Amino acid sequence: MNALAGLPALTRLALRRDRFTLPAWLLGLSAFTAATTAMWAADLTDPADLARESRLAATSPGIRLLGLASGGSAGAYAMVRNFVLLAVLAALMSVFAVVRHTRQGEETGRAELVGAAAVGRHAPLTAALIVAVAADAALAVLLGLALAAAGMPAAGSFTAGAAVGAVGLVFAGVAAVTTQLSATTRGASGQAAAVLGAAFLAAGVGNMAGDPDATGLRVRSAWPAWLSPIGWGQQARAFDGNHWWPLGLAAGCFLAATAIAVRLTARRDFGRGLLPERTGHRRAGRLLRGPIGLAARLQRGALLGWATGMLGFGLIMGGLAGQVADATGSAREWYTRTGGSDVIVDAYRTSILQMAGLAAAIYVVQVLLRLRTEEADGPLEPVLAAAVGRVRWALGHAVTALAGATALLLLFALGAAATAGAVLGDPVGEVRTLVPAALVQLPAVLVVGAAVIGAVALLPRLAGGVAWAALIAAVLTGPIFGTTLGLPGWVRDLSPFTHVPKAPAVAVGATPLIALGAVLAVLLLAGLIRLRRRDLSLPA
Amino acid sequence: MTPVIAASGLRKSFGATRALDGFDLTVRAGEIHGFLGPNGAGKTTTIRILLGLLRRDGGEAEVLGGDPWHDAVRLHRRLAYVPGEVNLWPNLTGGEVIDLLGTLRGGLDNKRRADLLDRFDLDPAKRCRAYSKGNRQKIALVAAFSCDVELYLLDEPTSGLDPLMERVFQDVVREVRAAGRTVLLSSHILSEVEALCDRVTIVRAGRAGRAAESGTFAELRHLTRTSMVVDTVRPAGGLAALAGVHDLHAEGRRTYFTVDDGAVTGVLAELTGLGVRSIVSTPPTLEELFRRHYAGSAAPQPAGMR
Repeated sequence: MNALAGLPALTRLALRRDRFTLPAWLLGLSAFTAATTAMWAADLTDPADLARESRLAATSPGIRLLGLASGGSAGAYAMVRNFVLLAVLAALMSVFAVVRHTRQGEETGRAELVGAAAVGRHAPLTAALIVAVAADAALAVLLGLALAAAGMPAAGSFTAGAAVGAVGLVFAGVAAVTTQLSATTRGASGQAAAVLGAAFLAAGVGNMAGDPDATGLRVRSAWPAWLSPIGWGQQARAFDGNHWWPLGLAAGCFLAATAIAVRLTARRDFGRGLLPERTGHRRAGRLLRGPIGLAARLQRGALLGWATGMLGFGLIMGGLAGQVADATGSAREWYTRTGGSDVIVDAYRTSILQMAGLAAAIYVVQVLLRLRTEEADGPLEPVLAAAVGRVRWALGHAVTALAGATALLLLFALGAAATAGAVLGDPVGEVRTLVPAALVQLPAVLVVGAAVIGAVALLPRLAGGVAWAALIAAVLTGPIFGTTLGLPGWVRDLSPFTHVPKAPAVAVGATPLIALGAVLAVLLLAGLIRLRRRDLSLPA
Repeated sequence: MTPVIAASGLRKSFGATRALDGFDLTVRAGEIHGFLGPNGAGKTTTIRILLGLLRRDGGEAEVLGGDPWHDAVRLHRRLAYVPGEVNLWPNLTGGEVIDLLGTLRGGLDNKRRADLLDRFDLDPAKRCRAYSKGNRQKIALVAAFSCDVELYLLDEPTSGLDPLMERVFQDVVREVRAAGRTVLLSSHILSEVEALCDRVTIVRAGRAGRAAESGTFAELRHLTRTSMVVDTVRPAGGLAALAGVHDLHAEGRRTYFTVDDGAVTGVLAELTGLGVRSIVSTPPTLEELFRRHYAGSAAPQPAGMR
């Protein structure tokens, strides 16, 4: 078939390019699943504990947003905790793989070189989909093995693996379509991520709006959950019935999306998207006249997306304050332990601000890694060849990221204050409490940002991996997960988030802030000094 | 008058790869200096060292009287640079990039900007991802020449331009020279360098990053041989024995050979005795000069030209 000429060679090329990336995804997700599942299984050996936790998962709307309760087994409990996270990561793995082998090649011009050879029109997309689908299938099998290795029943384990793989499969199809719509890698990934966000919300809202069945261990989801691929994966009810038919919906959705993408490929020009390329300003505005202006412009898109998300996150979390006030048992205990206060609502306020702090840190890592791509892709060269020093350039990005993180925390606090105020009464008081307390998270966020700058300066080629690994380590050893995972104190002390004062539940002391400031200064100085001294690794 | 660029003995390695090994370059004020060499000879590395983007491993470098590494920002207010591979921000428009780079350099001349956009026939409202390679290069050229600076560093600036635009480019470069500015133009296009440059430095392949020769084209021509074709009454095979005669071959009474610049007189004296019917003498072509240095063949190294 002419349209697929060159497919075997392109598939081998894609596999070769992904020979480290995809195994890292697959092994990382499997190891995480095996470890967390084994941990929960060990924690909940007492059937009474397990029943209590499962009942809580079914009755608490907050937990229903993030996981679907399906019976009282340890495997089902592990799915409540892990499934949405795994599904989202599997979807991202698929989206990145498809975009990497299609739109990214066209944007960089590599695909032009390939396309001029005896390669059919549909071969690049098909090769990308083969790789993504193979990765999803491998993930399904590996997750099944990981769960079985953690002591879970085999049937449920492989149903769960297949459910996660099915979500990945759908998003391989979604990315196949968005790469036809947008002319850029960022645009294609961003549109697919927006669909993922919608899928997450539909599943979460559908489960939240659902109700527990007679046993109190199982949630019957409302209709929005059935609009979401993540919802389909949850409806497979791994470890509780093991229904495979909802996964058929996912397969059908993938096939439909692929058919649409193939049609669109035939209609569009090489290197362009179907969405029209708009023209822009003929002159730079006042704001775009210096390193900070440039950094702000480059971070703008990410900030807008994050701002919407953080505001929505704040509104939802604030709205749950009323239910938390009535919480009992282990949920109450978790909040008071994490939030550092016996007053449950104060503890809850603290814990949601801690979550917002982690989210702001993810944002900061994302936008500051732009320092690395600016260098590696080349746009940095004309900037530094103009009268801009390296330190000024890096600080321009850092200051802009700080401003963005501050705005995100404020939006979260205002959103949470609005809904919490509506539920608990006294909206003004909520604003007065939450807004200053949200800003207390900033020093730890800044430490993470300084670590990114250090990574870019000291280990430019590894900066992305090092920065994300450091962030994940800081998050896992931080207050939200560190206590849940039962890590020893000295390990938790390694995370900057552990040292953030537990505002508003506890009064803010100066010592931890000064200590965080000192760590920040050391990391930043080391990074900037190295940045001034090293060669730039510009493209040849 | 002190040179605008004075580099001597520049050395730079990337891991085990030696990019520059004792490279010399002198650019005088007010000249257009050609910087010729094959791909991978170290032209871009040299320019990046002169911009302080890379740090030299050894040797001396001075740009506009300052150290390119330590005084980078101060010096960059007085120079403009066009990279060989122009990578820009895909979501900014060409007009925005021109303004941004101009401002970062310390300000641009709006009248000049409008004039250059017009002459290069460039639409500044398009986003950078929509520009072709040639148009991205034009963005960088307009951004550079909109600034009135002392030194323009241009790294293969015309590789994506069509002949009409190349002409515009040459006009613009001559204008800045007429205004007393200095230009360093790296290229592997001989005709462009010959049309524009006052002096030229040739980097040779094979001996990584060593300037083979530097001077005006007239001076460089002396470094190669004159080609001669003679018809003689008696066979001229004996010429091969003369010092400075190369590549001799005969077809009947017609003899072809090349002569070193200094050996022409002796050859003529010998020819007179053979009875010359006709003689055609071709001066060394630049192509030949160029080929010889690019190929890194063992051309005689005259003293004093290094």
